[in-house]
Amino acid sequence: MSPKTSRRGWGCHDGVFEVTLWNALLVASIICVALKTLGYLIPQRFLEAPRPARIADLLTVALLSALVAVQTLGDGQAIVLDARIPAILVAAGLLLLRAPFLVVVVAAALTAGLLRLWGWAA
Amino acid sequence: MTAEHPTEDAESRRAWRQGLSVALATSAYGVSFGALAVAAGLDIWQTCVISLVMFTGGSQFAFVGVIAAGGLPAAPAAIASASLLGVRNIAYGMRMSPVIGTGFWRRAAAAQFTIDESTAVSLAQTTRRARSLGFWVTGIAIYVGWNLSTLAGALLGDVLGDPRAYGLDAAAAAAFLALLWPRLRHRQAIAVGIAAAVVATMLTPSLMPGIPVLVAAGVAILVGWFNWLGAGDVPPDEPEDVAERVGLP
Repeated sequence: MSPKTSRRGWGCHDGVFEVTLWNALLVASIICVALKTLGYLIPQRFLEAPRPARIADLLTVALLSALVAVQTLGDGQAIVLDARIPAILVAAGLLLLRAPFLVVVVAAALTAGLLRLWGWAA
Repeated sequence: MTAEHPTEDAESRRAWRQGLSVALATSAYGVSFGALAVAAGLDIWQTCVISLVMFTGGSQFAFVGVIAAGGLPAAPAAIASASLLGVRNIAYGMRMSPVIGTGFWRRAAAAQFTIDESTAVSLAQTTRRARSLGFWVTGIAIYVGWNLSTLAGALLGDVLGDPRAYGLDAAAAAAFLALLWPRLRHRQAIAVGIAAAVVATMLTPSLMPGIPVLVAAGVAILVGWFNWLGAGDVPPDEPEDVAERVGLP
């Protein structure tokens, strides 16, 4: 592995800190790009069989659902009940009413923002 | 909204409209990424490079979140959570691969735009052309919007104060819910969705941020492998635009 040299002129942090943080974020970024690419390298035949196709579909559902849960309830490793819960309920209600995506997202943000502004929820 | 025989033009317009509205919403919460990254101790360049290169929201938030919680000693954990959270993009790439078609540069470019939103918008379309259009419109529009809003968020981070005050954290959750919603039509998908949410929530206190979501994905592998709750569960009145029924092009 050949770490990138730091661009010392870029920041006011000391060199060691910057090199390490830069390396960390570049390594993480490159891995993420590689993972995206990997999906395109797996043969298409693989997805035509019912089992991998089914797993791929359900994987999306499971990941999105887990992300909803973690984004709504998680705060680092803590479970926090705050204004995000009424906000996500408003979003779910609007989705039931077939509201457009943007309306749902803005309504959720407004709900959480206003509840916090009024001091009704954390 | 689901016409019986939508024309190709109407389908294309729908793909454009959905792609752009998803991009607008997603870009808006890029501001919160920029602000949170600066708050975690990254400088503006570092924040922007993450959005430009990594470009996958969940992983970006995970990386910054772990750095914010544990500082530099947590860098390996930050890399691990960002990477593991990015594993789902493999599944998205597999789904998008037949939609994108052939050609090295086309596929290489598509790989970078393969994220939750572009995949979801694409698979929500019913014709091959609209699926391709939905993918590119959403992916490119979010790439531009997300990077601009990341920069804005990083620059305005201090002025903006707490992005939670604007409900941006709730907006992110709602965006994922809106993407999930159209997929919850089968009994099997609903069961997997609920189980995954429960698993992720229960594991959150005991595992590094990012890992509970991956463990929850195991629910899908388990249920999908054995096809629990799946047999004979295709109601005849199923809407026309269900990806599973139309099949991949």
